[in-house]
Amino acid sequence: MRDLPIVRIENVHKSFGSVEVLKGISFAVQPQEVVVLIGPSGTGKSTLLQCINLLTRPTQGKIWLEDQEITAPGADVDKVRQRIGMVFQEFNLFNHLTALGNVMVGLTKVQSLKPAEARKKALWELERVGLSAHADKYPAQLSGGQKQRVGIARALGMDPHVMLFDEPTSALDPELTGEVLAVMQKLAREGMTMIVVSHEMGFAREVANRIIFMEDGDIVEQGPPQQLFTQPQQERTRRFLRRLTDFASSE
Amino acid sequence: MIDFLPTAIPALLNGTGVTLQYTLLALLMGAIIGLPLALVRVYGRQRLGRIADVYGNFFRGTPLMIQLFMVYYGLPQLGVTFPQSIAALLTLGLNSSAYQAEYFRGALQSIGSGQMTAARAIGMSQWKAIRYIILPQALRLVLPTWSNEAVSMIKYTAVIFLIAVPDLMGQAKIIASRFFAPIETYLLVAGFYLILVFVATQLLRAVERKYQLPGLV
Repeated sequence: MRDLPIVRIENVHKSFGSVEVLKGISFAVQPQEVVVLIGPSGTGKSTLLQCINLLTRPTQGKIWLEDQEITAPGADVDKVRQRIGMVFQEFNLFNHLTALGNVMVGLTKVQSLKPAEARKKALWELERVGLSAHADKYPAQLSGGQKQRVGIARALGMDPHVMLFDEPTSALDPELTGEVLAVMQKLAREGMTMIVVSHEMGFAREVANRIIFMEDGDIVEQGPPQQLFTQPQQERTRRFLRRLTDFASSE
Repeated sequence: MIDFLPTAIPALLNGTGVTLQYTLLALLMGAIIGLPLALVRVYGRQRLGRIADVYGNFFRGTPLMIQLFMVYYGLPQLGVTFPQSIAALLTLGLNSSAYQAEYFRGALQSIGSGQMTAARAIGMSQWKAIRYIILPQALRLVLPTWSNEAVSMIKYTAVIFLIAVPDLMGQAKIIASRFFAPIETYLLVAGFYLILVFVATQLLRAVERKYQLPGLV
């Protein structure tokens, strides 16, 4: 028997006005699975992530987090979000707090930990992303890669059951993406369940258990990276992958 | 003329105390009303926001002196009578709240939406996000413009002498007519205001420096 999926998405639609961004997405993510969503920009990958932690409400469809239907009316959204870590393209660190403060604030204000405990936990999370030496720096004093690692530590602090990454390296200079991807790879090895929207094909190939290729609000094709990258079944997938390699070789 | 200064200085010092009291209380009242007004306009329901808007436009769109007369002479006709001190404070405070609401709103709106999103994503309620993430940043941002309001308030309080509150201006009027020395008196009083404004500006700058975030120049 398979485990209960961490996340199960059933026929999720999302429209903004008359524009339908998600056209009936369904898939499930198993414990410890790393799923990477790829596809052209504007295909609804980020919107899908935002639906999963209800930062955006699906227009239709259901989403389960473990055994709870989080799209059900009356679900405690703030409680649900504590179980889902989110990492943003633009980092979104709290500018008035140090790296340590960024990780601590959720622990003290949401989980009501005592300051001493929260501090210990936050330092440990910063250690996990290799930033304990920068605990007292403010976001404006950190590099992009360091900011994103603080962002990851902040999410990890809440002990999430699944982590969502929304293009975590897209806002970074190329030489800074490595440190962030390395942290993500380490998390995957430690058994964290992850859903990642990314254009980093190298990371997808090495770390993902499954690639989901989306286009125009639909899932076109999914499978293990080996299969999807080398023997894509759909013409649309082939076209997308060809464009990527053309782009990479033209650089 | 010999006892002009010995009489004027203590009286004006008294008046300075009164001016300072009204300034501080009006600013405090303005902040207590103005901040929620700004929060309602930025985060509240649209209809509430519109009411806050009308309130703001009234107090920013009409002369402070007229507002003072409405409260002190107008409201008693409706059966609501205040002593001078309360009428003065109420007018200054309400007026300031309208301006402060504008400044707070500007600061709140200049904070990127990503801050709220990130706060909600770690499970904060909207109120907690405002309290622990948005406000600490907004208050830092508002300091320079707020300082302007604070400094202006020192001078705006001068209207309350019109309803016989013995502030700096009120004392000036008494001294000026007693010694038949309007020019000397008002020059002296201008000096008092200048010193008050200078000290207030320095204090507020120090506060700004204290709360400045490292790495942001």
